[in-house]
Amino acid sequence: MTTLRTRFAAPQRFLHWFMAACIISMLFIGVGMISTIAPKYLIQVHKLLGIVILVLALIRLTLRAYYRAPALPADLPMPIRLAAELSQYIFYALMIGMPLIGWGMLSAASHPVILFGSVDLPPILPLNASLYSLLRRAHHFLALAFFGLILMHVAALLFHKLVRKDGIFEAMAPSFTFHQTDERTQTNQ
Amino acid sequence: LRNFKEVGMAGSGSTQNRFPLKSVVVIGATISVAAIAFAYTAGWLTSRRLTPTKLVAALLPPKGPALGHRRNHAKGICFTGTFDANGEGSELSKAKVFERGHYLVVGRFNIAGPDPKVADAMVPVRGLGIRIMGPDGQEWRSAMIDAPVFAAPTPQAFFEFLTASSSKEPNAFKEYSSAHPEILTFISWVKGHSRTESWTEDRFNSLDSFVFIDKSGAKNAVRWSFIPSAKPVTISSEELAKREPDFLEEDIIQRVGTAPQRWSLMITVANPGDPTSDPTRAWPADRRSLDVGTTVRQISPEVDGPCRDINFDPSVLPAGITTSDDPFPAARSAAYRVSFNGRMAESSHYPHTQTGGKQ
Repeated sequence: MTTLRTRFAAPQRFLHWFMAACIISMLFIGVGMISTIAPKYLIQVHKLLGIVILVLALIRLTLRAYYRAPALPADLPMPIRLAAELSQYIFYALMIGMPLIGWGMLSAASHPVILFGSVDLPPILPLNASLYSLLRRAHHFLALAFFGLILMHVAALLFHKLVRKDGIFEAMAPSFTFHQTDERTQTNQ
Repeated sequence: LRNFKEVGMAGSGSTQNRFPLKSVVVIGATISVAAIAFAYTAGWLTSRRLTPTKLVAALLPPKGPALGHRRNHAKGICFTGTFDANGEGSELSKAKVFERGHYLVVGRFNIAGPDPKVADAMVPVRGLGIRIMGPDGQEWRSAMIDAPVFAAPTPQAFFEFLTASSSKEPNAFKEYSSAHPEILTFISWVKGHSRTESWTEDRFNSLDSFVFIDKSGAKNAVRWSFIPSAKPVTISSEELAKREPDFLEEDIIQRVGTAPQRWSLMITVANPGDPTSDPTRAWPADRRSLDVGTTVRQISPEVDGPCRDINFDPSVLPAGITTSDDPFPAARSAAYRVSFNGRMAESSHYPHTQTGGKQ
């Protein structure tokens, strides 16, 4: 007899929604700050928020390893199941990769990464023109891909919530109380 | 594994066979609104926004940029030296770079315009880009020119000035100058000032104002200038026309090879009410100023020099210095980034001449 989780653990749900807000803000700030000549504090916020997202993503990965994810519904068609599994890997790769690419890109440009006041992050790469160009393009392209993936993610969650009504949305729903339905005792299998 | 189904909403079975039109509309609308908001933020939906790309494009000649080079102030030469801080600056700013000591400097003397091969005599505006490395590792970058005031009061106006200058409409410039008479001050300086024979005799001005924050948190609006120690020797336009195309570079290599060249970094503090947001308006000459010191010790050609891949972004400032209500440092930072991104991607068009020349 094993315990089967039907929802993500409360810390996982909290991080999911908090990071969702951070990441969506981050993507808007990113495309906004490079298309204006008056970015005000956007560039500074972008750097700080990027590092916050990196740290939270690492915490989240640890929580994921500890709590694991609830199993997907057994009747979920194979292509959807595959997309669901794959998208999680891509999201983690982007959450961890994007801040590192941004940090690396500024390092390769010998541009200081000031978090706030007199707190600077050290460069993680040497000054290198072609490396900078490569990382900058990657940062830009992956940001657009990240936003596209989020749109698909939102479409999928609405699909599960409104059309399939299969409990997948509820597994990550933003309610931070512990439900009785969180754990079910599995008697067979 | 039927448990998941139970968590789902009741009544799902009854809707399963009908096309879920309402849900599809909700999903479609949500995604569209999000995508449109994103596209708007990115500037893809409006052609009216002055983007850094447009600003840089307005600086370029019709034939496009010189690949691998800076988009403006394309011709220049690198130097290294020290900033010999005398400690006076600490009174105005808590930045460590003002504490008494010697701090490494990488810089670039340059002349304005998009052509890295232009003859020095042809260009009336000269510039200085500088990066001072503070003792705590925090950098102070600045890009200055030798004009006493800037051409336009706002980045938008500067863009309009550039557009009007290159316009084929015969009245374009007249229209601009009647709306922005301050441009005439700048142009009369460009046409009328007598030029020196050397960068080492030029004074370079931040023009933009910044804010210094002292240890108590008190703020002062400031501008700064590099004042040469060498006595300015001006040359007539006839003699200027006879000079070698690269006479400025040849001159500075020779002078720095003989002895270190000095400029004083002069901080000028605004009085209450002085115009801080508009670099076309000079502050009265009697304002308090402070000499905080610098030296240039070594010159190296740009192609393999330490300034080549540095973006002298005027928004890179140590704690203790911030931007002011002057909109230019942010706009210049954005435009410099566009220029930097372009030339970094084109570095093969401007190849290094020696291996390991990068720094």
